[in-house]
Amino acid sequence: MNTETRSDYLDSLLHGRDLVPEARAGWLKALRAQAVERANALTVPTTRDEDWRFTDLSPLYKVPYRPSAQPGEIAAAEFGRFEIPEAATRLTFVDGNFSAALSRMKPADGVFVANLPDALAAHDRLVESRLGKLAGTGQDAFAAVNTAFLHDGALIHAGRDHKGIAPIHLLFIATRKDGAAYPRVLVIAEPGAQCTLIEDFAGLADGAYFTDAVTEIAVGENAHVAHVKLQREAQTAFHIARTSVQVARDGHYSNWSVALGARISRHNLHVMQAGEGSEFSIDGLALIGGRQLADTNSLIDHAHAHGRSRQLHKTVVGGGAHAVFNGKIFVRRDAQHTDAGQQSRNLLLSDKAHVDTKPQLEIFADDVKCAHGATVGQIEAEELFYLKSRGLSDATARNLLTYAFAAEVIQRIPVKSLVERLENHVLEQTQIKS
Amino acid sequence: MIRENTALLLEVRGLTARIGDRNILKGIDLTVRAGEVHAIMGPNGSGKSTFAKVLSGHPSYEVTGGEVLFEGRNLFELAPEERARAGLFLGFQYPIEVPGVTNSAFLRLAYNTVQGTRGKEELDPLEFDDLVREKMKLLDIDPSFLGRSLNAGFSGGEKKRNEILQMALLEPKLAVLDETDSGLDIDALRVVANGINKLHTPDNGMVLVTHYQRMLNYIVPDYVHVMEGGRIIRTGDKALALELEARGYDWVGKEAA
Repeated sequence: MNTETRSDYLDSLLHGRDLVPEARAGWLKALRAQAVERANALTVPTTRDEDWRFTDLSPLYKVPYRPSAQPGEIAAAEFGRFEIPEAATRLTFVDGNFSAALSRMKPADGVFVANLPDALAAHDRLVESRLGKLAGTGQDAFAAVNTAFLHDGALIHAGRDHKGIAPIHLLFIATRKDGAAYPRVLVIAEPGAQCTLIEDFAGLADGAYFTDAVTEIAVGENAHVAHVKLQREAQTAFHIARTSVQVARDGHYSNWSVALGARISRHNLHVMQAGEGSEFSIDGLALIGGRQLADTNSLIDHAHAHGRSRQLHKTVVGGGAHAVFNGKIFVRRDAQHTDAGQQSRNLLLSDKAHVDTKPQLEIFADDVKCAHGATVGQIEAEELFYLKSRGLSDATARNLLTYAFAAEVIQRIPVKSLVERLENHVLEQTQIKS
Repeated sequence: MIRENTALLLEVRGLTARIGDRNILKGIDLTVRAGEVHAIMGPNGSGKSTFAKVLSGHPSYEVTGGEVLFEGRNLFELAPEERARAGLFLGFQYPIEVPGVTNSAFLRLAYNTVQGTRGKEELDPLEFDDLVREKMKLLDIDPSFLGRSLNAGFSGGEKKRNEILQMALLEPKLAVLDETDSGLDIDALRVVANGINKLHTPDNGMVLVTHYQRMLNYIVPDYVHVMEGGRIIRTGDKALALELEARGYDWVGKEAA
């Protein structure tokens, strides 16, 4: 693809801007206009870009996906499976638009949750001061396009020292073939605050559609943010998401990202240490088969001293699927006494399954403790034999070992009903594959 | 216990096997009847663990000759899981760790699979819980064990207890226990050996593969076989085990030669 076609595609996406409401606030208008300008200056990535070497997006570029200001209809019976009982608050967005009817608000003391227009009405200056600051559109064409369309989304604001125990469920459902949605999330945890959010991307559409999501999370001093990202898009979907996180002094950020759906998915996860003593725990799981591709591109940036990070990324790859992991840990010169660990573990279920994994450490401080490793393998013959020697069939034994491999990540997710649902999902998936 | 004309459990005739291009078993003959306890002893590398693995169908070994009948059926026509369901049990020398699968889930799955294929009743989680706790008492296993991952991070002694617990649940006709005594301290050895004794009935048989005589202080064998170079070179009774303990293995080889 030549450069012209590459910028043409962004242009064709941007043509859909007429279909979403205009911004009312002047600053938001300006933010969107800047993003359009930025997008116009950029081209979409191809496999010639180092960061996209293993992920060929050309199937995406065949259709100019269009957003809609009219959310599609969802039958109550279909909606039931998205219920997460632990979440007292749920914001539902259908095809990129907030649906009050499918949402439920239980105001928790000190934690403000709202869709973007309501958030602007209540906290215009707060949103203005933070939105678009972490996920600077930089070289990321898809973040720029997301910002160019910014009209709805979610704000979570956890006030100083407030502990929101119940998770907040942000549910994004796509219903339209050839549709595009640009979900946007802003999370602000003030110093000492604590909150848990579940970002949940699902699809009911029959056919291809495009989700281009951006999430910004600012974790204040000594605040704790727990973040589950569940990508269960339709198998025909394209899903590209950026999560940009900044963690202040002694703040904690935990992320569990699970990729089950989409034909091609990409998660750009950028976690930045903005003060001493921050801690990150980053877990990923991709469970894919058929012709799916799931790509995780993470950057953990230790920019201050005494930071600690643990990353475990696992993939289970069946059929002719392809998993990609690019995980960089950056330890800057001033980030003395950093303690960073990163593991990439990959399980191939078939001969045609494929994994590209590239864990990287770049260390510029001299007094640090860093370790990383990667494994790619199939189910161990010894483990299989052990289970079979207890009477389990070959298929059951394989399923159990696959389940166990994935369960290590799943069981760390702090939402019990999700753990159970994901465990069942893994068991069902592996049974189909056997 | 040796009794006349009890059921034939295992008949091994002229068994040879190799791993890669290395011949390890060079002609084994062994007959085990219901109610009997056999000990197979021998120095390291004599082929005794290989024999145990070949019986249970380990995929790394290739049978090159001879035959093995299990209750009259050709054992080599059965896949490993079919051998287990038919009532053959291998207690592993090095039980495998499977993080992410709880002991209780695994034990119930194995139990119900085997029960189902034997036309017996399967148990729901609550019923199974009662059963497994009963069996755990036999081996002095802490109840917290059920919620832990299968063998993951277990001490050597815990792993071996878990092997015998699996044996207690699966009720095999023939148990081949590969170096079950290794890695056990003296207290754990007593508990495990007493558990094995309680599981031994006039209807089942046991083959204990061991390097040392010490387990045989607790589990008295009817026959002691000495293996060397992939063959059984001498068979005796429990007195032979004591003699081996006192004199080592060298003299047996010399006498056999």
